[in-house]
Parts: sequence; C-alpha cells; structure tokens
Amino acid sequence: MTAGQPPSVVQNSGQVLPAGHEPANLGDILERVLDRGIVIAGDIRVSLLDIELLTLKLRLVIASVDTARQIGIDWWEHDPWLSSRARPPVELEPREPAQVEVERRSRARRRGAEVEEWDEFDG
Amino acid sequence: MSSTAEVTTQRSAPAAGAWLHGVVRDVEPATLAGIAGMDGGPVRAVSAAGLVAVVSAAPMDEYGEEPLRRNLEDLVWLERAARAHHAVVETLARQGPVVPARLATVHSGDDGVAASLAARRAELVATLDRLTGRGEWGVKGYLVPGAASVNAEAASAGGVGTAYLRRRRAQLTAREEHQQVASAAADAVHAALCEVAVAGRRHAPQDRRLSGAPTPMVLNGAYLVDVSALSRFTDLLGSLGGRHPGVRLELTGPWPAYSFVAERPAPDGVVGESR
Repeated sequence: MTAGQPPSVVQNSGQVLPAGHEPANLGDILERVLDRGIVIAGDIRVSLLDIELLTLKLRLVIASVDTARQIGIDWWEHDPWLSSRARPPVELEPREPAQVEVERRSRARRRGAEVEEWDEFDG
Repeated sequence: MSSTAEVTTQRSAPAAGAWLHGVVRDVEPATLAGIAGMDGGPVRAVSAAGLVAVVSAAPMDEYGEEPLRRNLEDLVWLERAARAHHAVVETLARQGPVVPARLATVHSGDDGVAASLAARRAELVATLDRLTGRGEWGVKGYLVPGAASVNAEAASAGGVGTAYLRRRRAQLTAREEHQQVASAAADAVHAALCEVAVAGRRHAPQDRRLSGAPTPMVLNGAYLVDVSALSRFTDLLGSLGGRHPGVRLELTGPWPAYSFVAERPAPDGVVGESR
C-alpha cells in the first residue's frame, strides 16, 4: 500500500481522541486478523469453525477485559445511556449483558469460585 | 506444480513449522531484516511460483495443532500473536500490496507454504493486482445520543412510581427513534462512501465492549480506496459528518487490505455486503 500519511484518525465532531489511545485498537486488530484475511489451508489445522467460535467468544469476553482495563471496571454504571442504576431499582427491560456479567463476576469473586468463563457464553 | 516451486529459505530454520503472515510479489531482504515476527523472532521469505510468502518460525510445541488451539484460548497469548502478526503485515503493506493471511495459518514446513503459493498462484496474483495503489480505510459510525432530551429528564429526577415509569418509557422511545435515525444515516454514509471507493464492505457492528465506545456502533465499514482518490474520500467523510449529526464518524487506516482479500461466497467487490 502506498497511501500517503493523512491523519490516522479523524472525527467529524472535531474532537480529539482521548490521550493514551493505542496506535491501533486491539478490537480493530482482532476483528481483522481473525475474521478477514485470506484463508490458505495450512497443514496445521485449527478449523475455521473453531476460529469463528473463538471470535464470538472474544466479542463477548476479551472486549470486556480490555475495556475494563482501560476504562475502569465500573464505567457503565456511570453512563445513563447504559444503566438506570442511579434511579429506583425498577426494571422495564432486560438488563444490559455487560451489567449482568459484571454482577455475575463479582458474585463469583465473592464466592471465590472458579468461573468457567467461556462456557457461560455459549448458549 | 511442486517441481516449479523453487524454495528459497533465507534463514536456516530449525525443525519448526512456518506461520504465514502474508503473500507479496517481492520483498527486499533489508525490509525483512527490519521486521520482528512471532515471539520477536526473524521473518523469512519463502519464494515459489513468482510469489513470496513471508513467514515466521513456528515451533511445534507452541504452534502445533493442539498447543495452538489451547493458545488461541489464552487471551494474553492471543493478543500478543495478533499484534505481532498484524505488525508484520502492516510493515509489508507499507512497501506494496500484500495479501494478509488469517491469524494462525501454520504449515509444518516451507514446502507446504511453497505448494500453496503454487496452487493458488492465479488467485493471489489477481488479488495483488487489485490491491496495488490502494489502501483499506475503516469508517465506524457511533450513535450520538440525543443529549438534550435525556438531560432534561434527568434534571427532573426524584419522582417515584408512575412518574418514573413514564419518564423511563419516554426515554426508551426517544432512544429507539435516535437509533432509527442513526441507522438510516449509516446506510446513507456507506452508500456515499462506496461511490468514491473502489469497493466497500459493511461488517457487523462491533459489540460495545469490543469497541470500547460509550454508545452503540451503527456503521462498521471498510473501503478500498485508490491513493489518488484519498483526499476526495476524506473530504467526503467530513461533509457526511456534517450532514448526519446523529452519527459520529471515525476514520481509521490505512490498513492492509484485510477486508478485500477473502474469498467469501459473495463475489469480489460487493458493495453493501453485510454479515
């Protein structure tokens, strides 16, 4: 590729990305290297089915690990868009999976139980 | 074809497999020398059928079938592997067109790599031709929440029972409308960008936990853009952003052409493909 060097990230809002942003976001990289790119059958086979299952799990799990690391474990609790926790505990809709997951994890941590992270997402 | 596959190994490899990073027409030894491959090791060229595969050594105790399957489930290993693989592909892409291999394409030896180059020569050459002088750009669009109405409601907080329920329902309705507007805007943005790009693909929007963004992603597009059309593309993106305030647009790139090399069931260059 011989493209020039325009700004690598632009936003129409004129805002600048938060400092400390990775050169290329891990999610963007994973999405590309796992889901795209040419499939040439190597003789060491990890079947595509496995990879796709993995991608699915990743969408659900690695992301939360990564974002939790970057943003702080409770970031969604402060976002009115994602959570109505600051309000009375009335539930009009299924809760956000992220919220459910975090509660599940903290419960599990309290119990000190081994949590089988992967299998819980398979259904 | 294997008789025509002249295997050139520029560095002696121990009894290890080969992790394929990507296929190029040619590569300078100096370029290869400056690239760190898997586990920080050197990368080497495997030449066959007039093409060059760039590979890393892949010791079987880490990259054999069983260890590999196990390692791919290890998020720390996976992140390291993904970043290392991508770094190699990206460096190659700066020199010229490259067909990136999907993560974890491993052959037990260079002969296998050479054989697959020979077997898929026509397709690889055609893909390299199509990518020459072009780059992949990612455009993500995020929903912009209707800050005004949500804040107004938040200000009147403190009600109980029905008041809360009414407020919550109004919020949800407003959210739904925003989402519809944003999704229509995403369609329009994608269609407009495809006019300037050589090809465009719409990928599944990233999960919010993958994107790390506070609001849902409504557009996850990839566009193959001629270098000569790049400023038109970015100008257009800027004006689209102004035209659709309900969506915050973000441009990333240039990427190696990951989205435009796979032989999906759909024909090449499909515009508006979604998965």
